[in-house]
Amino acid sequence: MFVVSLERVADVTGEPILALEDLHRSFTVRQKIGRVRRRTKVVHAVDGITASIQPGEAVGYIGANGAGKSTTIKMLTGILVPTSGRVRTCGYDPVPQRRQLAREIGVVFGQRSQLWWDLPLRDSFRILGAIHRLPTAEAKARTEQLVDRLALADLLDTPVRQLSLGERMRGEVAAALVHRPRLLVLDEPTIGLDMISKERLRHFLVAERAEFGTTLLLTTHDMGDIERLCDRVLVIDRGRLVFDGTLPSLAERVALQRVLVVDLPEPSPDLQVDAASHIGSDLDGQRQRLAFSPKETTAARVLAEVSAVTEVVDLTLEEPAIEDIVRTLYGVG
Amino acid sequence: MAELSAIEAYRILVGSRVRSQLAYRTSFWLNVVTSICVGMVEFLEIYAIFSNVPVFGGLDLRQAALVFALASAGFALAEVVFGQLDTMPTYLRLGRLEVMLVRPMPLMLQLITSDFQLRRLGQLAVSLVIIIAVLPGLHLDYTPATVYLLVITPLTGAAIYAAFFAAAGGLQFFLIDGAEFTSSFVYGGSYAGQLPGSVLIMPVRVLFTFVFPATMTAYVPALLIMGLPGPKFLPAWLGWFAPLFAAWAWLLAWMAWRTGVRRFTGAGG
Repeated sequence: MFVVSLERVADVTGEPILALEDLHRSFTVRQKIGRVRRRTKVVHAVDGITASIQPGEAVGYIGANGAGKSTTIKMLTGILVPTSGRVRTCGYDPVPQRRQLAREIGVVFGQRSQLWWDLPLRDSFRILGAIHRLPTAEAKARTEQLVDRLALADLLDTPVRQLSLGERMRGEVAAALVHRPRLLVLDEPTIGLDMISKERLRHFLVAERAEFGTTLLLTTHDMGDIERLCDRVLVIDRGRLVFDGTLPSLAERVALQRVLVVDLPEPSPDLQVDAASHIGSDLDGQRQRLAFSPKETTAARVLAEVSAVTEVVDLTLEEPAIEDIVRTLYGVG
Repeated sequence: MAELSAIEAYRILVGSRVRSQLAYRTSFWLNVVTSICVGMVEFLEIYAIFSNVPVFGGLDLRQAALVFALASAGFALAEVVFGQLDTMPTYLRLGRLEVMLVRPMPLMLQLITSDFQLRRLGQLAVSLVIIIAVLPGLHLDYTPATVYLLVITPLTGAAIYAAFFAAAGGLQFFLIDGAEFTSSFVYGGSYAGQLPGSVLIMPVRVLFTFVFPATMTAYVPALLIMGLPGPKFLPAWLGWFAPLFAAWAWLLAWMAWRTGVRRFTGAGG
């Protein structure tokens, strides 16, 4: 425990936990053009990113598919070498010092499991404790704590392959935190989860960060993750950083609006309500789209206003799409 | 609190794999029986040859059986530990390697402990039975040297075949779904090792001795054990140097593996 507190002292000295300097990564792609001829094309997946993250920050890293998020994550976790530029994570050069770094970071890949598929969840925690060379008593205590907070107790004896996605994801997050990393990297942690699972996971991450000061870096397609978890946002587009700032300052530049989609019993004229603005109609007005800002009003209020005018057969609520945010950033900038 | 020792860490890893295999007893024993059958069918191939000719590559049935069984024992041992590297393409495709790279343990150790195949011990059992069955008929002189060679040969053999698995694993990083190519290399090497080396045509004999030392896994040390001279390019005394050949095989494997991992991390070949 003494070692941990020393690290925390080092945190205060101001060295960033993550520093990217003019980071580039390109890939050579061979394309077939004709029978024998090949054309080589260089794709710049990450094209000059500079950013730094201080210990204890919670940063959302967003961008469209293929914008370069995963490539950046791979470079800062030691999976991929940068083509040029510099990256330092927890004071380490990630690829050459991969194993030292691995003891300081936890990584959750939403699409790739780090758990042992055919073993009970309990065994995965035990094996990970061993891989991180944690003293048995410490590993046990930490596992118990995580099991308790992520409500995994009833699942411990279930083989991982039988867990639902939400259950497995809680297991993944616990697995990434067994060794108390200073930096937790989450790559699409809530993808495919239902609302309750998402909320449970977010709640846990907020508490974990508050207690241990764990630095969070997460990529996501879900603005809800960003709003609940992050105090800073990095937006990447085609390998370049197009925004780096707080969530409120992002909200100033882009309308982080929700869209309420209502289905009406019959074709109707465009709805006019005070709390939201009408942004479109389909099926001759049988389906209407209303945008509102969650800071000014709530979905319930918009719905109440609509219900006062007409019957609502069905409704869905859309979160702002990352792609739209990026597009708007370009429009403004 | 003291850090967990590396040995303790591996014990927990391997222990969990063993337990998981023993958890489904029926399935485990079915696999063992399959592995025993594979071992017996392979031996039948050798047996079939001798039902047509009395001597094959300068060896009679008993002598050839000893070569086969020593090689097969070494291969089975190697397969228990390193056979897992066969599934590298699956690991690559599913992105499991990325997950392993963010853990503080060498990639190779994680891979080999990720699926420890106990069932392959069935083949080892077949080999040991054959060795025990043919030894009395060979009328060997049980000097310390003979005993040493009988014990060390399956172990050096295992080391050499393990190097083949590791080298093939390294090559997987360069091939897309290259399992068939590398399997033919690994299993071809194992087949070459089970045959009397003298039946291999000259270039193949040299290739499988001085580049990929398959004949060193059984044939050449067996010549020493049985007091026979070797064919051209394969004098029996080379058998004493089998551990050196194993070291050479591992050097090759290490280079192939390292190059493969460097390619994967984009650090250049």
